[in-house]
Amino acid sequence: MNVNVIEASRLGKRYGRTWALRECTVAVPAGHVTALVGPNGAGKTTLLNLAAGLASPSAGAVSVLGGLAAGSRAALDGIAFVAQDTPVYKNLSAADMLHLTATLNRRFDKPYARARLAELGIPLDRRAGKLSGGQRAQLALTVALARRPTLLILDEPVSMLDPIARHDFMATVMIAAAADGVSVVLSSHVLSDLERVADYLILLSRGQVQVAGQVDDVLASHRMLTGPAAEAGTYTQRPVVSARRGAAQAHLLVRATAGDPVPPGWEAHPVGLEELALAYLREPGAAALPGPARSRQAEPSEVIR
Amino acid sequence: MTAPTMPARPGEDARLRPLPLRRMAWADWRQHRAALGAVAAFLGAFTVYLWLTGLQMHHAEATYCHPASSIACSINFTGKYGETVIVVSIALQAVPALIGAFTGAPLLGRELETGTYQYAWTQGIGRLRWTVGKLVPLAVAVTAAAGAFTVLLSWYNQPFVAAGYVTLFSPRVFGLLGVAFAAWTLAAFAIGVLAGMVIRRAVPAIAATLAVYAGLAFTTGLWLREHYITPLVTSNPNLPGSAWVISGWYTKGGAFAFGDSYSGLASAVTRLCGAGGGSVVHVHGGVEHVLDVSQCLAQHGYTQWTSYQPASRFWPFQWIEGGWLLALSILLLAATIWLVRRRAT
Repeated sequence: MNVNVIEASRLGKRYGRTWALRECTVAVPAGHVTALVGPNGAGKTTLLNLAAGLASPSAGAVSVLGGLAAGSRAALDGIAFVAQDTPVYKNLSAADMLHLTATLNRRFDKPYARARLAELGIPLDRRAGKLSGGQRAQLALTVALARRPTLLILDEPVSMLDPIARHDFMATVMIAAAADGVSVVLSSHVLSDLERVADYLILLSRGQVQVAGQVDDVLASHRMLTGPAAEAGTYTQRPVVSARRGAAQAHLLVRATAGDPVPPGWEAHPVGLEELALAYLREPGAAALPGPARSRQAEPSEVIR
Repeated sequence: MTAPTMPARPGEDARLRPLPLRRMAWADWRQHRAALGAVAAFLGAFTVYLWLTGLQMHHAEATYCHPASSIACSINFTGKYGETVIVVSIALQAVPALIGAFTGAPLLGRELETGTYQYAWTQGIGRLRWTVGKLVPLAVAVTAAAGAFTVLLSWYNQPFVAAGYVTLFSPRVFGLLGVAFAAWTLAAFAIGVLAGMVIRRAVPAIAATLAVYAGLAFTTGLWLREHYITPLVTSNPNLPGSAWVISGWYTKGGAFAFGDSYSGLASAVTRLCGAGGGSVVHVHGGVEHVLDVSQCLAQHGYTQWTSYQPASRFWPFQWIEGGWLLALSILLLAATIWLVRRRAT
């Protein structure tokens, strides 16, 4: 079985006259921790809000959890959403937040939530407004995970956290994904936040998907070629994503595997995820969907109907 | 690829029963008990004050005001408490607005302001049920509190009404009696909820609610209310004091002569009855007769007409006002729910 937890088809969202997201076609497969990466204004939050059912599309369509309408009863039941800045009711205690969420949902694993807060050293009677930013984020995450969702959506969850809180937060996400099989989608404009956690990458730029695929596949299908700057323009064997020219040497990020031939006088290196993402983000016109171009299919064959 | 089981399927939406609305009870109480407590404390403080001063007034009225026209009554009752009761009743006009604005406007305004709506509207209960489950119980609660408070208000106003100091239709009193007070509170709440949804911030929404409420209340009191039922018209100049006089005019020979506005009346009186103004001295057979204006005008063949609302229409008026305010409130709450449903963040 091979389903998509989020599937958008020519999805668009307009606020007034401005399109926050336009013609976005993307599929997020189940069973992964997916990093949704893109610069500010790429439409990440808009896409996630649409998937969570908070916003409704101006154009196109978005379905979740294998074909459910975003925002429908079953979709809400199966998706836990933690919005940017991890909003919680500041005047409620941690225990109140747990109880509130339990009353508003069909499932809520209170023993799990209590145990996790105890592990994190967050007192149950402390008001959320008195918690540190990291603790508040952990509270929001705990509340979301205790709903036992099929899909956990986290919008820029760690952008406001210090490095230690960031690490702890990601550790929780990792454990949940590994132990409970929760599909996770996290967004960030900083890839390094997500690099160690995510095994699926979607690079979004101006609402367009530039790269989508499993991290290993993406890395295996790209090479950094280093060679004489004068010959940089003559390389045509494989598609060039970006070219950086120095005085003597040029660095070309190309779509090539380890088996592809390297021109004489050039060296091929494997590429890191951050390096790769930066190269794509610098070239908004470049697109590689090594997945292979899964989301470009007109007929989304992976949806189980 | 790992393929976890997917519990949700397209057909499952119909099979998944909606969560019952009573699930909202805990959230309502936990998140709004402070506001409801503040309303109770606010009304409680008023209650203590009105109860203490009301007892004195009732005692004074019972002691000195039988008959109500006695000098003792005007010294010890109307003279002593008249100004206080005017100030108090003016202050009470603001109570529905304050209750409605401070409970209604932050309800959605604060959620939208702090971003917690992103939590609330993505829970399994769904945003529609969440909204209905918040709005309806709170609307009922503030309306019921206001309704209970009205019992005290009518007791407080009763001696002045009994002494003929104020009519039931007086703009100061009408909104504090019957069903109007509770209806105005509900309307203020509904205005506040919608303002919070539209403005998305609590404090500006409170300010907007108070402004809109004031506009609506003044429009109703000064212009709308007198048209609820077509006024009665009489040529009898001796109307009971409890009647609400809407307008007056004079006719001669069946045709309209002039209105009872000051300018219209003054010029007619000056022309017909001399420059005396309020009363004229008429010499007849060596005896001076003091005539008032209406007698003078009657002598010249003018008939005075008055349109008025009789006191017996107090309750029909209350139900009409309560009815349209209820309808307005339901409309505003429905509009709010509609906006929540279709709101694009």
